[in-house]
Amino acid sequence: MAAPASAMAALGWWGLPLAVIAGAVRVSTPFLFVSLGECLTERSGRINLGLEGTLVMGAMSGYGVSYLTGSPWLGVLAAGIVGSLFGALHAAFCSLPRVNDIAIGIALMLFGVGLAFYIGKPLIEPQAPILPSIELAWWSRVPQLREALRINVLFLIGIVLAPFLLWALKHTRWGLILRTAGESADAALALGYSVNLIRLAATMAGGVLAGIGGSFLSLYYPGNWNERLSSGQGITAVALVIFARWDPMLCFWASILFGGAGALGPALQSLGFSEGYYLFNAAPYILTLLIMIITCSRRRTLIGAPAELSITR
Amino acid sequence: MSLFRHSRRRFLQGAAGTAAALSGLLPGRPAFADEVVVGFIYVGSRDDYGYNQAHAQGAAAVKAMAGVKVDEEENVPETEAVEKSMESMINLDGATLLFPTSFGYYNPHVLKMAEKYPKVRFEHCGGLWTPKDPTNAASYFGYIDECQYLSGIVAGHTSKTGKLGFVAAKPIPQVLRNINAFTLGARSANPQAQTQVIFTGDWSMPVKEAEATNSLVDQGVDVVTCHVDGPKTVVETAARRGIWVTGYHCNQSVLAPKAYLTGAEWNWEQLYPKFVKMFMAGEPIPNFYRGGLKEGLVKPSPYGPAVGEAARKQADDAKAKLTAGGFAIFKGPLVDNRGKTVIAAGTQQGQTDPTLEKMDYLVEGVIGSTS
Repeated sequence: MAAPASAMAALGWWGLPLAVIAGAVRVSTPFLFVSLGECLTERSGRINLGLEGTLVMGAMSGYGVSYLTGSPWLGVLAAGIVGSLFGALHAAFCSLPRVNDIAIGIALMLFGVGLAFYIGKPLIEPQAPILPSIELAWWSRVPQLREALRINVLFLIGIVLAPFLLWALKHTRWGLILRTAGESADAALALGYSVNLIRLAATMAGGVLAGIGGSFLSLYYPGNWNERLSSGQGITAVALVIFARWDPMLCFWASILFGGAGALGPALQSLGFSEGYYLFNAAPYILTLLIMIITCSRRRTLIGAPAELSITR
Repeated sequence: MSLFRHSRRRFLQGAAGTAAALSGLLPGRPAFADEVVVGFIYVGSRDDYGYNQAHAQGAAAVKAMAGVKVDEEENVPETEAVEKSMESMINLDGATLLFPTSFGYYNPHVLKMAEKYPKVRFEHCGGLWTPKDPTNAASYFGYIDECQYLSGIVAGHTSKTGKLGFVAAKPIPQVLRNINAFTLGARSANPQAQTQVIFTGDWSMPVKEAEATNSLVDQGVDVVTCHVDGPKTVVETAARRGIWVTGYHCNQSVLAPKAYLTGAEWNWEQLYPKFVKMFMAGEPIPNFYRGGLKEGLVKPSPYGPAVGEAARKQADDAKAKLTAGGFAIFKGPLVDNRGKTVIAAGTQQGQTDPTLEKMDYLVEGVIGSTS
């Protein structure tokens, strides 16, 4: 059952960077999908804080559908659809006059989390089929490396999606319209576009991505459904967008960084470096604070912030 | 998400409190005076395959009794929130016997409520009741480290690398006692065995638990166990990585039929009806109640298919000795993993010894630190 002792020989301190990279690859996908989704939504001029609720709903519905149908891919699809519905709900509320998108986002976050806990009660116990992974290091005889490079398709999709979104925002007509709505609603109106429709599409797309991010949690890593599954990853990912300056590629790197920092605590302890693990476990948050402080300036507002966002307006 | 938990109870409680203040009356007991209302409070979800499910199984056994109404609330954090849950169970539902089941509820929350409501009985799991505490508060606990010792024996026999892993939540005495008992059991089977500990920092952190398990496997660990609220993630991750696992709190063998060796389980469905019966009959319940295999408060899971003959034999022998009583897991000379002697040669600390419940060290053979 277990691999032979010789092949399992520990890598010593070389294990640390490997463990952190492996952890980054395993843990970063939900951050990546939610932050890419939120990036799209915010570039259209709206903040959707409800993505934590969308993430949890995606995780629950994905797990439920996978359990009922036996196909994890249908679960991913269901999670995306549920996510798009939550996005549509947010956009519908926000299209009403004098409605604050942040307040609606918080309301939808509570709604999504509460609803997922309520519907998801009977899903805590059963085991649903989970997503397969691709082994990229089949050539290697080091089991740790093989494990580190055992990658889920959703992560690969995320890797492709980040540069694609960057390119689409910069170089396509759709991207231009989206950015116009985000920078100046008046300009978009003057061009004859419905700002509300653009934002509806952007928020729904963001919801799809967040829902899929949630299905990664329940259908791949850690691969089950329970009420502490997300523990705030959706909210963290929304914050990552600001940290990444509304740039999809930077969202990707920020997600990897966050995943790796989260893996640091367990990895260091497994190597026997066990003093002060509370500090290591706090590494992602210390890192965020540090970068926020370093990149802040009193002389200018945030670079890259869409002008229509209610936080910058 | 505890900040945003929906709080129908608290709203009702506030409304009832206002009504009571207005009319100058405190809400009375419910209509059925002969029915005893027993409240159970859980820190997590009832079907978590773990700590809370074990208690909920006990509550289900109480529910089956005649003349008893059971009141349950899940996901109550170890903060003032639990005081509010207890108060609403007492004031609104008329509960006279409460089981706040999480370790962190005891001090100060249960103690505070016990002083405020002297007629209500508070049965807390895991706390250390002392004669200075209110007499209507009580603490009970099982010596589950006895089962962890048995799991350790099985793990020590089964492991090929001699490297065992332990995913733990927080370095509190109960957790340390489990880690130590597991390690002592393993080293009684294989003196070279070592246990690598990873603390995740909280009772339920699925992503971190999966990370911890993966990191342990990458370091060559081939049997892993845990002390977290829901062992599902650890059990499933271990099985996916192709190593063995021993369970905790409940029987998790259905989650990993091949990888599951054995496990340390609670047996609350045996204890809770007994307590409720004593309470209803007006018999005194001990304020400080402890028990292990002998008293039937804990039980090991049935062996999985990978457990060999030698492991079964040694574990069965140890179980028989523990059940008969008089066998001490913690006996001198015992050295901690910093080389300090924690129990002198010639002395032994039996299971009922309260010093064991203040354990603050990791024994020799454990790789890890308590801070």
